[in-house]
Amino acid sequence: MQVTRQDFGGGPEKPEPETVLETAAELPLSGTDEIEHPSSKVVRFGLDAALRLECKQDLAPYQIAYETYGELNAARSNAVLICHALTGDQYVASAQPVTGKPGWWTSMVGPGKPIDTNRFFVICSNILGGCMGSTGPASINPKTGKPYGLEFPVITIGDMVDAQARLIDHLGIETLFSVIGGSMGGMQVLEWAARYKDRVFTAVPLATAAWHSAQNIAFHEVGRQAVMADPEWAGGKYTEEGRTPRRGLSVARMAAHITYLSEEALQRKFGRNLQDRTTRTFSFDADFQVESYLRHQGSTFVDRFDPNSYLYITRSMDYFDMATQNGGVLANAFRGTKTRFCVVSFTSDWLYPTRESKEIVQALNAVAANVSFVEIESDKGHDAFLLEEPELFATMRGFLGSAAAKRGLLPAREG
Amino acid sequence: MTPWQDQIPRKHRVDHLLIAEMVKPGSRVLDVGCGDGALLHLLAETKDVDGRGMEISRERVNACVARGLSVIQGNADQDLDAYPDKAFDYAILSLTVQATQHPKRVLENLLRIGERAIVSFPNFGHWSIRFKLLWNGRMPVTPNLPEQWYDSPDSHLCTVIDFVNLCKEIGATIERSAAFNASGRQLSTRGTFMDMHNLFGEKAVFMLKR
Repeated sequence: MQVTRQDFGGGPEKPEPETVLETAAELPLSGTDEIEHPSSKVVRFGLDAALRLECKQDLAPYQIAYETYGELNAARSNAVLICHALTGDQYVASAQPVTGKPGWWTSMVGPGKPIDTNRFFVICSNILGGCMGSTGPASINPKTGKPYGLEFPVITIGDMVDAQARLIDHLGIETLFSVIGGSMGGMQVLEWAARYKDRVFTAVPLATAAWHSAQNIAFHEVGRQAVMADPEWAGGKYTEEGRTPRRGLSVARMAAHITYLSEEALQRKFGRNLQDRTTRTFSFDADFQVESYLRHQGSTFVDRFDPNSYLYITRSMDYFDMATQNGGVLANAFRGTKTRFCVVSFTSDWLYPTRESKEIVQALNAVAANVSFVEIESDKGHDAFLLEEPELFATMRGFLGSAAAKRGLLPAREG
Repeated sequence: MTPWQDQIPRKHRVDHLLIAEMVKPGSRVLDVGCGDGALLHLLAETKDVDGRGMEISRERVNACVARGLSVIQGNADQDLDAYPDKAFDYAILSLTVQATQHPKRVLENLLRIGERAIVSFPNFGHWSIRFKLLWNGRMPVTPNLPEQWYDSPDSHLCTVIDFVNLCKEIGATIERSAAFNASGRQLSTRGTFMDMHNLFGEKAVFMLKR
């Protein structure tokens, strides 16, 4: 494999990497080819640049798909890495190519936004194990010429972070001004701060935890079982067999989606309202708006997400436990850190409750780290970190602004 | 000057100015009960300190962080245990000790976390308070202690002499002390000054070490 650390932009003249075999043309996902040839930028690492995974396997070759916004300054000191959550992707502030919808965090990232692309060079990469262009279970296994499926090694949050670090190396950036992410993205932020202490100037873990709770593992297991119970899953070989476990993945998404909201938000949004009808139908139709909403969430998700990817990524979150990995003491993970932290939780987030953010804060206090901690009042549940929350925006602006002054970064150009 | 520095009024509290005078430049400071961050801001501006704050009110914490200060939402009674010994040069408790549930434990924690502790509090021994209690037979309401007894967050009010005795009890050395009268003037330290401070001081500031 000669193609190492070579950067390919999007567009029609993308060179064919040697690993891609003829089957590439038959890849699933609504006929798109985002798995092997993403619309975004992508960096490919060859056989000579294998990634050592926590499960002790070497992954090579592999590729990381990413997007960038804004410009890297001459001192290479204004780079911000944004880590996406379970079902996110690299399209943080630009249109998602499969759905055509705007980026998933356009309220936060962009010119003049709290993460100001006039000031910062923003990088967002699809995680290892993902299905939007970074190597994952839907990618072609060069050894077999077929999608990895369950042959893909079980990866961890730490592996995702190590892969991101190779991307950051490739971009020639030594120290990131900030690593920012919510939910699973927040787990990556914590791993970044622990694994690459000298490379992270500020870290912003939002709505996250340092370990996955039993309840969260339980919900993930329900989701995985829904996928695997669908006969179309075909033992993970659905692509080869030309099938897709649509119903299984859809149910998994419906269950998960409930956990991202709050009872209050569901009640406020839907109540017991009926969907396009005035009376009960005495059937199992989607009588209620909330049913119709969840079915819609489930079915649109299937169009853009690989079922095996869902299994692998949820597993990586379940395995996440920074305390156990550091001799049972979470503080050990951060010993000696110089990073400035801003931990944020939301009052109605029952998936990653404030209590769990406070554990992170206490561990950081125990090593006398520079930490801010804000709990934001919101009734929108876990998803609040992605939504219009003025207090979150003010916190982000204030924290990044003062840290940027400390880092010697000039304020954004006017206009 | 970054924009956030203009958001705090220029007028500083007298006890803050005195604390700022006590703190050595460039030191590490934890301000427990930091409120709107006025002291942290003053210390950052005038003494270039590496400052952290803890504040119980979520709104005030959010305002501090939005202003660029390193502040966490926390409770002096519960959240000081997590800090390691001598993590800071100064652990400051400004007009907060009287609102804690366990002032003695909080004070001991401050002396453990900081090389020095700086504590300021409203003096319940002030003559006007004594007078009001004696004359009216009711819990005093003053500009310094403006709430009625049932609204007040201050569950452990003390006098200067009470505080000095607590310092003795927990083996803390008083390195400096000062008191301010109602108009914010610092009282003289001549003669039997603790008694005088206890009578004429509305607020007192102590620097302690153990």
